[in-house]
Amino acid sequence: MGLFPTTTKKVSIALLGVMALLLPFSALPLFGFLGDAGWMVMINRALIYAIAALGLNLLVGVAGQISLGHAFFMAVGAYTAVVLGGEAGRTVWGLGLPIWIWLPAAGVVAALVGILIAPTAVRVRGLYLAFVTLGLVFIGLFLWRNLGKVAGGPTTGRPWPKLEFALWRGMDPIVSFATDGPLWWWLTPINWLPWVHIEEMSRHAKTYFFVLVFVIVFALIAKNVMRTRVGRSWAAIRDRDIAAEVMGVAEAKGKTQAFAISSFYAGVAGAILASVVGRMIPESWNLFLSIEFVVIILIGGAGTIAGVFMGTFFVVLTPRLVEDATHWLATQVSEDGSFAWLGNLFIRSSPDDFIGIVSLEAAGPGLSIYQLNVVLFGVLIIVFLIVEPLGIYGIWIKVRNYWKGWPFTY
Amino acid sequence: MIGLVVIAQAVGQAPVERFVNALGSGLALGAIYALLALGFVIIFKATQVVNFAHGGIAALGAYLVSYFATVSNIPGRWMGDISVTLQWTLSALVALGVMALIGIVIERITIRPMIGEPLFAVAMITLGLDLIIRTTTNDFMNNTTQGLGDPWGVKVIEIGVLRIAQTQVVTIVVLLVTSLVLAWFFKTRTGLALRATAFDQEVAMAQGISVGKVFAIAWAIGAGLAALGGIFSSVAPRGAGVDPFTALIAFRAFPAIIIGGLDSIKGAVIGGLLVGVAEVVAGTYLGGVAWLGIGFGGIVPWLLMMIVLLVRPYGLFGTPEIRRV
Repeated sequence: MGLFPTTTKKVSIALLGVMALLLPFSALPLFGFLGDAGWMVMINRALIYAIAALGLNLLVGVAGQISLGHAFFMAVGAYTAVVLGGEAGRTVWGLGLPIWIWLPAAGVVAALVGILIAPTAVRVRGLYLAFVTLGLVFIGLFLWRNLGKVAGGPTTGRPWPKLEFALWRGMDPIVSFATDGPLWWWLTPINWLPWVHIEEMSRHAKTYFFVLVFVIVFALIAKNVMRTRVGRSWAAIRDRDIAAEVMGVAEAKGKTQAFAISSFYAGVAGAILASVVGRMIPESWNLFLSIEFVVIILIGGAGTIAGVFMGTFFVVLTPRLVEDATHWLATQVSEDGSFAWLGNLFIRSSPDDFIGIVSLEAAGPGLSIYQLNVVLFGVLIIVFLIVEPLGIYGIWIKVRNYWKGWPFTY
Repeated sequence: MIGLVVIAQAVGQAPVERFVNALGSGLALGAIYALLALGFVIIFKATQVVNFAHGGIAALGAYLVSYFATVSNIPGRWMGDISVTLQWTLSALVALGVMALIGIVIERITIRPMIGEPLFAVAMITLGLDLIIRTTTNDFMNNTTQGLGDPWGVKVIEIGVLRIAQTQVVTIVVLLVTSLVLAWFFKTRTGLALRATAFDQEVAMAQGISVGKVFAIAWAIGAGLAALGGIFSSVAPRGAGVDPFTALIAFRAFPAIIIGGLDSIKGAVIGGLLVGVAEVVAGTYLGGVAWLGIGFGGIVPWLLMMIVLLVRPYGLFGTPEIRRV
């Protein structure tokens, strides 16, 4: 089967590509606001998450190996990056090497650690494996907290190398993805659009293009892995491991490959994430991060590339929407707008107010917006798994089939 | 945390004294793990659900005790003049009852619709539940420490060289009593239904057992036991009360569950005690070893779990899965 077998798929992918080009310049019709710095930061984060989620999807969705340890592998990648690429200090190690060394190395070292873990996965199956990988996260947290030379202080962390391409250490960067600057020449045709005129590119837009290239390459690799011999052997192991072995699929080899490739994705994503955020504390690589990726896959639709992207954007961007909605309700209350009743029902304006569940003050009773987002995250997991086990991808399939068969319902 | 307490005690102690005290504290910690593990295993056996919300439920139970015992004085306010111990025990029992109800509600709303779905999907549902319960519980307690108002406080019993907190003795006694009650319970008719359901849900149904009712009972017991574990993990000497970190106790009880075997009641108790002792002994003797770093005792359970799993992939007493093509 081809990568994009039908004309519809080719056209929609091309359309998506054009939209992806326009997005950072606020040039998307109707969705121009997505080019704002605040949204670009979120979108960049979503794209980085997508890289890691693609990797986990190969392991969980395709090879059927349940892993809660993705945050651990991301941390391995990130710390490899910072030791190779970071600046040495009095208390921390750092070699100051350029990005073309530390970024691939982040993936490779994470993959090697994945290979080290794989024998356990061959021996331990199903839910027991989930607990082993859960243990990895806790052992990892212990390591990062204590390896101050690598991770920096437990509460301060350390700065990560920027996304800058230099030939060797100490040289001026040839391309910097982390500073504002002029528009790249290959993007100048964008000024032909009548409603766009830009000279400068923000660092967010640059980071966006950097990450976008990685996302596209990794998505294509994942798609190709899934439809070749390796991916099919993983699917066989997922569906029935003994049957796969009987048919001549080497189970141990398949699982090791799956762990290695998935960890490679995680390592690269972790390194880019830390570099874009700029500074990470050891506690950032906690279980919640792992859960986010598993949820992305389950909400998106396990085993599908399109599902991974839908799930990632849903999970990363929903908190922002919730935040905006809450602030909007708050202004409705204060300005006595037509939705003030909804705001009153929802927001706890004073400590004596008993009805509201969300409070905008940092302390006191009532969930903060962050807490609200965590609760909503939990509710979403439950609702999605109960109502639509195939995730957003499943909804998409239903919608598609509805239009395919229209006016018939079957 | 208990590791630090033990180290503080251990400075300047004779070797025997040091070991005996570590053993005592370890058994007490292990008893907490065992209580949590028992609830977890009962839920898993009966309903095939890995309950990641166990920590959240434990913290909520501990918070309810704190609320009933120190804030609203339920049911003591209607009882007239009673001793502090009795009043607290009654409050705790009410809280356990409420937790059992909450367990039933959780099962009915979120677990029942998922029967027949892959185990991992159901596990993810409980992870979602954990986020909800933990966040709202933290909000209830204002993200601060809420004292449980237990009658024992920081009082200590001395038996020879062994110095052990009263609460720790109570924990071990409660574990013993719970184990005996459970052993008896599994011999009763309801317990038999539970065991039959654990063996094979469809066959149990064909024998006239109401599997739905068994699910509800298992969750009620499981949530109650989790709350018991939560209570004893948030009294002295472990802490001054229930706080946002109480729920994390479950993530240290998980290795105990796995070491014992996901579906073994006996394994839950033995695994819990083993892990507790290992954690405290490691904290006592390795706490001062500089190159091991801070908090090594905390990951000893996980390391132990990995070693055990490499030797026995289904834990010490777990039933190996029968693999058919």
